[in-house]
Amino acid sequence: MDLNTIYIVWLRDLIRYFRQRSQLYGSILRPILWLFILGMGLRPSFRTIAGFNYTQFIFPGIIAMALIFTSIQSAISIIWDREFGFLKELLVAPVPRTAIALGKAFAGSTLAVIQGSIILIFSLFVKVPLTWYKILALLPAMFLISFALTNIGIIIAARMTSFEGFGTIMNFIIMPMFFLSGAMFPIAGLPKTLKLVMLINPLTYGVDLLRKIILEVSALPLITSLGFLLTFSLGALLLAIFFFNQGEY
Amino acid sequence: MPIIKVEDLARSFNGLWAVDGVSFEVEEGTCFGFLGPNGAGKTTTIKILCTLLRPTRGQALVCGFDVRKEPQRVRQAIGIIFQEASLDDRLTAYENLKFHGIIYKLPRQKLHKQIDQVLAMVELSERRNSLVRYFSGGMKRRLEIARGLLHAPKVLFLDEPTLGLDPQTRSRIWDYLHYLRAQKQITIFLTTHYMEEAENCDRIAIIDYGKIIALDTPDNLKRRLEGDMITVRTENDELAEKEISERYRVPTKRDSSGIHFAMERSEAFVPQLIRNAQVPIISVSIRRPTLDDVFLQLTGREIRAEVASAKDRLKGEMRRIRGMR
Repeated sequence: MDLNTIYIVWLRDLIRYFRQRSQLYGSILRPILWLFILGMGLRPSFRTIAGFNYTQFIFPGIIAMALIFTSIQSAISIIWDREFGFLKELLVAPVPRTAIALGKAFAGSTLAVIQGSIILIFSLFVKVPLTWYKILALLPAMFLISFALTNIGIIIAARMTSFEGFGTIMNFIIMPMFFLSGAMFPIAGLPKTLKLVMLINPLTYGVDLLRKIILEVSALPLITSLGFLLTFSLGALLLAIFFFNQGEY
Repeated sequence: MPIIKVEDLARSFNGLWAVDGVSFEVEEGTCFGFLGPNGAGKTTTIKILCTLLRPTRGQALVCGFDVRKEPQRVRQAIGIIFQEASLDDRLTAYENLKFHGIIYKLPRQKLHKQIDQVLAMVELSERRNSLVRYFSGGMKRRLEIARGLLHAPKVLFLDEPTLGLDPQTRSRIWDYLHYLRAQKQITIFLTTHYMEEAENCDRIAIIDYGKIIALDTPDNLKRRLEGDMITVRTENDELAEKEISERYRVPTKRDSSGIHFAMERSEAFVPQLIRNAQVPIISVSIRRPTLDDVFLQLTGREIRAEVASAKDRLKGEMRRIRGMR
């Protein structure tokens, strides 16, 4: 395995991330909008859910939102790299494309975990107590979720032939996945068809896993969430590598 | 033994043949040019040779390796300078080179020194720690050349290396290329639609609609035209054209700038032309044939920078927007 290449592709994405602040600021602003404006606005209309008020209930969902945005945005940078040339520098290098895809997958996941961790600070404001062991459990959980999502992003990026733009991906992938994940409302009590769609959405399991760790409530058994996410991640990774290898540039 | 060997290479996109059965060989240490208008198949050929595209048909060997079967080994042996900048503009010049050195697995201890060397060669040592996004087009191209050379490739591919650069930068880049060929015996393969640039090559393949229509040294190609290019302006070009083509039995072409034709030993011909002319002559100009004339003769069209396609224009626009962010 070409660890050298995986590392350098990962490192480049991290350097770029820290040099480009707008994404970082956006990632702080977005949860504020959702958590404090939407959450606070809707809170009076909702009963407490399993003993938590609405903002507390959606807090794990807001972390999931940070994860999906960052993961997919990061993977989609492949399209920019392709249009603006840098991808060619990688593709004509004597390195396996699999290593490039893996580097991208790890970079997207790492950045998403960083963004997700920033959101954890807001736990103080919504009065969700976090202990050290909860934070320690959250890091690998966030990584697992992000890894699955980044690979979805790589598959999209490898298949997309032109830059329809982030807007298209946001409308057709990110938003539906987010809304159908149980991030903003409990799964129980939904119509059967909607429930079915939610059960094939990896983010549903991600949100449930985060809620299990943070609020210690969940709709699904831990083993189901973990099992689904692990299987999905692996499948998506293999597919991402396959498409990335297949593409012509 | 030729360092690049291409046989009946072809590539189609959705049933359209971008490259349609080209064959050629490039000897080690020479400079080989692919000359043709936009859309002739130049970039597609270079992409196949660099293993970015798979050929639909035919075979290509680079440094003895089949681009289809051993792409990894081909990639290790070549350096590429793309038509569009492929630098990371959020990294510094030094970081771009270091990144390149690491993925090409150059020994770390020597890497620093090698980077210094290539940066000095393209005169960018002082800008080593500047972000590439603040570089001019010429600086970027020079940095790309430095990067393409960092791993000491045997063959250097350049896709339109001086496109959009000012004449000064253009001649500077050619200075580097001549130096490389002379000092390091690097084989250079380039595509261009600038005739002056093609003149620098040892051999040129003229490509049009995916096919090679001529392949020779620049001098031999020009010799085909048999003579110098003469342009005559008269008081009545229409009558004069008829007169010239009938009396001297040469094919002529007439446009708003006058009557054009080719003639051997033109210095002796011009006095004769003026003496015999029925229609009063306003001016006569003689010039040595250029590759433009060769292309015109072969295809009946002129090579010129065509209007950018819609996608290219969009890309330019997006780049501008991104630059502002």
